Amino acid sequence: MKLELRGITKRFGSVVANDHIDLTVEPGQIHALLGENGAGKSTLMNILYGLTRPDEGEILIDESPVAFTRPKDAIAAGIGMVHQHFMLVPVFTVAENVVLGDERTRRLGPLGFGLLDRRRAREDVLRVSQRFGLTVDPDALVENLPVGVQQRVEIIKALLRDATLLILDEPTAVLTPGETEDLFAVMRSLKESGHSIVFITHKLNEVQQMADTITVIRQGKVVGSMPPTASDEELAARMVGRAVRLAPEKAAATLGEIVLSVESLTVSDDLGNTAVRGVSFDIKAGEILGIAGVQGNGQTELCEALVGLRPAVDGRFAVRGRDLTGHATREILHAGVGYVPEDRQAEGLVTEFTVAENLALDRYDQPPYSKGLALNLDVMNAAATDQVKQFDIRTESIGSPASSLSGGNQQKVVVARELSRSVGLLIASQPTRGVDVGSIEFVHRRIVEVRNQGSAVLLVSTELDEIAALADRIAVMYEGEIVAMRSADVSREELGLLMAGGGAGAGASASAAGEPASAAAPA
Amino acid sequence: MTTTLAPSLPPAASPRTRRRRRVDKKTLGGLVIGVLGLVDIVGFGLEARSGDARLGLTLAGASVHLSPLKLPPGPTAIVAGVITLVLAALWLRAELGKLARRAVIVGSGMLFMLSFLCWASSGKTMSLVGLLQSSVDRSIPIVLGALAGCLCERAGVVNIAIEGQLLFGAFAGAMVASASHSLYLGLVAAALAGALLGLILALFAIRYAVNQIVVGVVLNVLATGLTGYLYDRVLVKYQNTLNSPAVFSRISIPLLSKIPIVGPVLFDSSIFLYLTYVILVAVQIGLFRTRWGLRVRAVGEHPVAAETVGIRVLGIRYANVMLGGLVAGIGGAYLTIGSVGPFGKNVSSGKGFIALAAVIFGRWTPIGAMFGALLFGFADAVQNILSVLGTSIPSDFLLMIPYVATIVVVAGMVGRVRPPKADGQPYVKS
Ligand SMILES: Nc1ncnc2c1ncn2[C@@H]1O[C@H](COP(=O)(O)OP(=O)(O)OP(=O)(O)O)[C@@H](O)[C@H]1O
Ligand SMILES: [Mg+2]
Repeated sequence: MKLELRGITKRFGSVVANDHIDLTVEPGQIHALLGENGAGKSTLMNILYGLTRPDEGEILIDESPVAFTRPKDAIAAGIGMVHQHFMLVPVFTVAENVVLGDERTRRLGPLGFGLLDRRRAREDVLRVSQRFGLTVDPDALVENLPVGVQQRVEIIKALLRDATLLILDEPTAVLTPGETEDLFAVMRSLKESGHSIVFITHKLNEVQQMADTITVIRQGKVVGSMPPTASDEELAARMVGRAVRLAPEKAAATLGEIVLSVESLTVSDDLGNTAVRGVSFDIKAGEILGIAGVQGNGQTELCEALVGLRPAVDGRFAVRGRDLTGHATREILHAGVGYVPEDRQAEGLVTEFTVAENLALDRYDQPPYSKGLALNLDVMNAAATDQVKQFDIRTESIGSPASSLSGGNQQKVVVARELSRSVGLLIASQPTRGVDVGSIEFVHRRIVEVRNQGSAVLLVSTELDEIAALADRIAVMYEGEIVAMRSADVSREELGLLMAGGGAGAGASASAAGEPASAAAPA
Repeated sequence: MTTTLAPSLPPAASPRTRRRRRVDKKTLGGLVIGVLGLVDIVGFGLEARSGDARLGLTLAGASVHLSPLKLPPGPTAIVAGVITLVLAALWLRAELGKLARRAVIVGSGMLFMLSFLCWASSGKTMSLVGLLQSSVDRSIPIVLGALAGCLCERAGVVNIAIEGQLLFGAFAGAMVASASHSLYLGLVAAALAGALLGLILALFAIRYAVNQIVVGVVLNVLATGLTGYLYDRVLVKYQNTLNSPAVFSRISIPLLSKIPIVGPVLFDSSIFLYLTYVILVAVQIGLFRTRWGLRVRAVGEHPVAAETVGIRVLGIRYANVMLGGLVAGIGGAYLTIGSVGPFGKNVSSGKGFIALAAVIFGRWTPIGAMFGALLFGFADAVQNILSVLGTSIPSDFLLMIPYVATIVVVAGMVGRVRPPKADGQPYVKS
C-alpha cells in the first residue's frame, strides 16, 4: 500500500499541532517519524487512524483519496495502529482483546444470536503469533502481562485485521533492551512480507538501525527528510533546531555524608507477593546511585516504599539519620525528598488540573504559594510561567489542563516541579521516559546540577544509556534483590548479563545478594 | 552503616504494615463467626422455651405430603453453636482455600438462621416451604433491578435510578392493566415506562455528560414525586377504573412443581418468576459468552480502546441503559400486577437501592447479583413470617432485618471488589 498525506492541518485552540504536513509512505518501507515532544506526531497518526478529524488536508491510499471518520474506516483500508498508550482492556484475555470488534461467532438457533467462538479466536492468535514470531499465550489476562508482551498483543491485533500499514507510536519507550530487539526482529519480518511501518521514536540509534526513510517534524511542520545514515548529531540538530550535547558533562563526584540509608527493606506488591527482598544500600551527598534492571524487578515498589506510598513489610530507611519508615508521604516530602514517579499519568499529575496547578502541587500549602488560607495565585502563576520557560514545556498556556499536553511535555511538568525545589534526596524513576533528545539533555543536566549542589540522587532507569550517562555507582536489581553493586565504569555487557539474572563474576545470584551490604559501606 | 540509624528505634518497623492488616482481617472474620456460634448457644440455645419447633415442609394441598420437621429448639441451637465454634476455630487456625472459606461463611450463617428460626417458632408450626417461597417471590423485583444495574454498569453507566424505574414500572403496569383489562398490556407498558426513564438517564449522562449519580438521584426524586402526585390526583379519584388491576395468577409447571420442597418454591409461581429466569440466563450468557457482551464489557472497561477497534461506544451505552430500564420496568410491574394489584405510593420502598447493593455484592455479574437479591428476599421473608408468628422482638426491629442484612453484607464485601474501570465516566469524543 502506498500512503500519501497532503497538507494535513490540525489546530487545538491556538496551538497548531499539524501545519500542512505532507508525508508519503512507500510500500514495504519502514518510515521513521522523528520530532520533539509536542511536535505533532501522535496527532498526525490519530488523524490517519480516523480518531481525530483534520481541519484541512487529504489522505490518499494508492493514489485515490479516502476519508476516515472512524477508526473502523482506517482499519478497513488496511491501517493498524499501536498507540503510545496501549488500547487494551486489562481484564480481558489476549484472545478477547485481539478479536474485539471483529469477532467470529457461532450461530445459536435461528435468532442468529452469536456466541463468541473462543476456539477460533485462540487459533487466530496462535496463527499470527507463529507466523511473525510474536510469542504470547492467548489465554493470559492482559493485566498480568509485561508491557513488552502487551505490545505484541497490539501488533497481533492489527495484523489479524490484515493491516498492511502499521503505525507504531513510540513502541520502544516502555520496552527493555531485550524486548526492543524482539520488536525489531518482528518489524523486519513484517517488512519482508510487504508491510509498511510508520515508526515513531525518540531514540536516534533505533532510527538509524531500522528506518528506510526519516521525516523530521518540528512544531507541527515537516522540516526535512534524512537518510538513515545521518549521524546522531545531525538528526538531533534537525529535530531540535540547534546543536545538542548527547551526554552530560559531569565532574567526578565529591562525596559528603550519608543522606539515604536503607536497611534490609522488604516490600510487597499489590498482590501481596514480596517484590523487594531485604535490600540494603546507602547514598551519600553529591552522589547519583543508578538502579539498573529490567522493568518489574522491584524498582517500582522500592521507590514507592521510600516515599511512603507503600508500607515496608520489614526493614527501615532513614534520610539524614532520621528514620522515616512508616511515615506519611507528606512528611517524607517535607523532610526534603523529591520524587519523580515512573507513571506520570497515574501518580505524577492531576491531569484535569492546569499546568500551573500541577507545578505547585507539592508546595501549594506553604508560603509564598499560600497566603493564610488562600492561594497566592500571582506567585503561583509567576513561578509556573518561569518553569514552563526554563523547562521548555510546550503548552498553549499555563492555564491549560495537563491532559492536553503531549506525553513528553506531561513528563516535563513533573520533572520541573520536583527539580525546582531544593531537596536533599531526589528519587527519580524513569525521569526521561518519552522525552525528546533536546529535553533529555536538559533534564540530565539538571539532575547532575542537583547532585553537584550536594544532594543525593536515586535514579531508577531501565535505559542503560541513561544509567551510564548519569550514575556514579550502579546497583543492579533482579527479582527484588540488589544482585550487584558496581562502579560507573562497568561494561555494558556485564550490566546486561546481571540484569538478566546471570551473576557475571559474582557467580550465582544467591551469593551476589549478600554483597551489596558490604559493597555499599566502603564506597 | 547501621550506626547512621538511631539505635533507639522500636523493633517493629511500622504499625501500618500490610501484613498485619491482613492478619487483622482474618482474625476479625474468625471472631465474627465465633460470636455467631456463641449467640447460637447462649441466645437461642439456653434461652429456648420448651416445646418443639415444627418446620413445615409442604404446603396445603400438595400431592406428596411430608410430615413437618420437629426440632427441639434448645438442643438444636446448642449443637449448631458448637459446630459454628468449631468452624470459627478452623477459620482462625487453618489456611483455608477460597472455596472452603465461602463454605464456612455460608455454613455458619445457615446454622445461625436455623437456631434462630427454631427459637422463634418453638411450640408453633412454621412453614419452611412457605418461607422459601416467599423469599424467592420477594426477591423477583430486586433480581430484575440488579440485572438492570448490571446491564448499565457493565457498559460504563452508573444507574442509580433503578428505584425510580421500579416505581414507574409499578405505576404504569397497574394503570394500564386496570384501564385496558389486559395484564399483558400492563406488563408491556411497565417495561416501556422503565425504558423511558432509561432514555432520559442516557440522554443526560451520555449525550450531555452530566454526572451520572446526580442524574440518577434527580430521576428518583422525579419518579417518586410524579407517581405520588398522579396517585393523589388521578388514581385515588378513578380508583375503580385506573387502579384496580387484576393480578397475574400462578402457573404450575407440570411435573417440576410436584417435586417436594423445590417444586413449590421454584416452579409454582407467576409469569414474573419465569421471566426472571429467562432474563437472568440471557443476561449472564449474553454478557460473558457473546460478541455483544464482549463489546459491552469493553465499553465499560476502556471505551477508547473499544472505539479504536471500531465499536460504537455511545450506541452501546444508549442501548444498554434503555435495555436496563426495560428490565427494571418489568421488575416494577411485579410490585403491582405481580403481587398486590393496585399501585400504592412508594411501593418500591427502596428495593431499587437494595438492587444496587446486590450488583456490588455480586461483583457486577448477574448470577452473583441474584444471590445478593435472594439474601435480601430471604431476610424480608423472615421478617414477615416472624411478625405473623409473633415473637418477643419488637416489630420495628423486625422490619429492620432486611436492611441491616444488606448493610452487613455489602460492608463485608466492598473494598475487595472491582467495578468496571470506566463505570460512571462519560465518554467524550475528541
Ligand atoms: N486534545 C488536545 N487538546 C489540546 N491540545 C492538544 C490535544 N492533543 C494534542 N494537543 C497539542 O498538540 C500538540 C501536539 O501533540 P502530540 O501529542 O501530537 O505530540 P507528539 O509529537 O506526539 O509528542 P510526544 O513525543 O511528546 O508524544 C501538543 O502541543 C499538544 O499540547
Ligand atoms: Mg506522542
